[in-house]
Amino acid sequence: MASGNGINGNGKQTYTISAFSENHIGLLNRITIIFTRRHVNIESLTVSVSAIKGIHKFTIVVNDTREKVEQVVSQIEKLVEVLKAFYHTDDEVIYQEIALFKVPTKALIEGDELEATIRKHNARILEVRPEYTVIEKTGYKEEYLALFDELEKYKVLQFTSSGRVAVTRSSKELFSTYLKEAGEITAVYENN
Amino acid sequence: MKKQISIKKNKKKIRITGADAVMRSLAREGVDTIFGYPGGAIMPIYDALMDHSDKTKHILTRHEQGAIHAAQGYARVSGKVGVVLATSGPGATNLITGIADAMIDSTPLVCITGQVTASLLGSDAFQETDVIGISMPVTKWNYQITKSEEIPEIIAQAFYIARSGRPGPVLIDIAKNAQFGELDFEYNKCIKVRSYVPVPKPDPETIKEAADLINQAKKPFILFGQGVILGEAEDEFRAFVEKSGIPAAWTILGACALPRKHPLNVGMLGMHGNYSTNIKTNECDLLIAVGMRFDDRVTGDLKRYAKQARIIHLEIDRSEVNKNVRVEVAVLGDVKVTLPALTARIKKRSHDSWLREFRDADKIEIKKVITKDLFPTKEGLTMGEVIQILNEKTGGNAIVVTDVGQHQMVTSRYFNFANKRSYVTSGGLGTMGFGLPAAHGAKIAAPEEEVILIVGDGGLQMTIQELGTINQTQAAVKIVLMNNKYLGMVRQWQEMFFEKRYSETYLLNPDFVKVAEGFGIKGRKVLHRPELAAAIQEMLDYKGPYFLEVSIEKEDNVFPMVPTGASVSEVILEPKK
Ligand SMILES: Cc1ncc(C[n+]2csc(CCOP(=O)(O)OP(=O)(O)O)c2C)c(N)n1
Ligand SMILES: [Mg+2]
Repeated sequence: MASGNGINGNGKQTYTISAFSENHIGLLNRITIIFTRRHVNIESLTVSVSAIKGIHKFTIVVNDTREKVEQVVSQIEKLVEVLKAFYHTDDEVIYQEIALFKVPTKALIEGDELEATIRKHNARILEVRPEYTVIEKTGYKEEYLALFDELEKYKVLQFTSSGRVAVTRSSKELFSTYLKEAGEITAVYENN
Repeated sequence: MKKQISIKKNKKKIRITGADAVMRSLAREGVDTIFGYPGGAIMPIYDALMDHSDKTKHILTRHEQGAIHAAQGYARVSGKVGVVLATSGPGATNLITGIADAMIDSTPLVCITGQVTASLLGSDAFQETDVIGISMPVTKWNYQITKSEEIPEIIAQAFYIARSGRPGPVLIDIAKNAQFGELDFEYNKCIKVRSYVPVPKPDPETIKEAADLINQAKKPFILFGQGVILGEAEDEFRAFVEKSGIPAAWTILGACALPRKHPLNVGMLGMHGNYSTNIKTNECDLLIAVGMRFDDRVTGDLKRYAKQARIIHLEIDRSEVNKNVRVEVAVLGDVKVTLPALTARIKKRSHDSWLREFRDADKIEIKKVITKDLFPTKEGLTMGEVIQILNEKTGGNAIVVTDVGQHQMVTSRYFNFANKRSYVTSGGLGTMGFGLPAAHGAKIAAPEEEVILIVGDGGLQMTIQELGTINQTQAAVKIVLMNNKYLGMVRQWQEMFFEKRYSETYLLNPDFVKVAEGFGIKGRKVLHRPELAAAIQEMLDYKGPYFLEVSIEKEDNVFPMVPTGASVSEVILEPKK
């Protein structure tokens, strides 16, 4: 299940920030500047399309105090091209990350142990080649790191993991409600 | 630039160049004055400028920093958007200080920079600088135009964004090919950008809560800032103050929002503010902050700031609420709207004995500081007495501009601002070199008004070349140089906090009057008290620009002072013996 509530010492906690924006060049830069200036470290960042055509979504994971996160989020929302920004604690979102491992195929051929490990961890094999096998694990960071520990003995050739993707637990979709009011037109001009 | 609509599209389109489109777009935004400096990447626009010079006046400064500070002075006095033109590379980077200044002081500007041809972007071409990247943290918005067709819509958005909500600087970088290229021109003003909410909708509930707090308060205290001026709500604010009967104090940028001599105006807040206002901040039971942002120069140590008080914050920028100080009621919205709504709900009251507490505290400051500043008996001239004479001669009816340093604090403390939009000073950034060009811009915006610059010998030399611009326009700026031969404000800190170790604060200055005369500006120097009043009179009577140097006592200090890290209640009135 969830990896705890993400709270640690000095009032810091894991927050998932989501920002919905117009799809404009340079916006990523504008957003990251806000974090840099306030010494807030970005744990992971995912830029993707959103459910709404033409609108981009930034999912940013940070570990900091609520006050800092509130400030950062209000500064993000202040950016002209950002429509709306939210922040959530780990309890308020369902989230996943994805990890890929490349291990020598030899390990797979020599016994059942590796396959059992993969099954135990709810991971799956994406591709098998004569020299290497690629394993995919979707889940929490703790989960794929645990898998990593076990795979270490087969000599992991490559490892990579994604940023977080998340959806909120609440049933009402905050952003779509907002967008209904904002409308589909990005800018309105008046002939005078 | 997808999915945009223009309503009432009915005008005929015409085929013109991008450069021409820039000029026509500016005209459609009502721009009558541009401050700028030409160069390679912006030459097509400068060429188009010649064909529009009947409608749009261009002022050629001597440095791009001079152009942007002039545009700031122009914008702050007129309430209009200031417009700046500069070339790519060094031209654009020379704007950065002014952009940062305008950002932190919420000044509406549209800066147009030329850029190398789009195909060369990213190739380290001659005079290519990533001005979009450089200016990103200090602009409200910026955009690089690479196609001619984008010009009218982007300029329309630029003006809309710069002036709406909490104003700020916008930079538009236009690649040279977009200036040369042609487009079918049609101009429509921008009235909405989907992703941008300039003014939050006021919540009637918060107004009710605020009114209840105000009606119950025994020792309420109003703090006001530039938000009142930016919202053009000086009258609404005054009505609120008068009905509530609450003493009101200002941040440096709020100075002229309420006449200095108004009976409820109790003075300036913060580091070099008044004694009473700082002390009473920690004695009031309710703080009502109107269009101000609790800057550290106002609050001192936040841990010991107004902890006893409940706090109401009237603010247009949501991100300012709870940023430095936690507030109980945030009234979001434009003060032009929220203030009258609040005034309607409060009881008419007076707070005579509470107000008397301020006036009693003032007596201490008058005795220990103010009398010595304004009516000195020592030999050396003080900055305060210069301001005092200006008060007597103008009755506060002048636009005053300052540079940054001791003279700025003295001017803020003592000039009797009587009118709206009559004070231009660099607050949040504290930019030395701001004064001279800003005063020029102010005079261009208000040619009929007396515009007086108060400047230090350090700051003057940062943009002194703008005397050349002033000579060219003959804008009748009255320049008062407070020459103490030191970077006075830094020297004061060295005296107080660094054991008088004057590290690099003494200036061997030029003969300033000769310099001014060299630039074609009439000048005079005053060394002694008996000549001062007559010299100031001569300056005010003079028809053109005038340069008056006043030789000031070298090691005077500005008091009161809330030292860095101290609480506002620890404001000191005189140096430690
Ligand atoms: C561009 C810039 N550089 C440095 C400073 C730091 N600084 C603040 S006040 C000051 C001294 C200003 O001296 P002067 O212009 O002579 O004014 P005075 O304080 O003597 O009235 C300095 C160096 C600044 N504010 N701006
Ligand atoms: Mg000086």
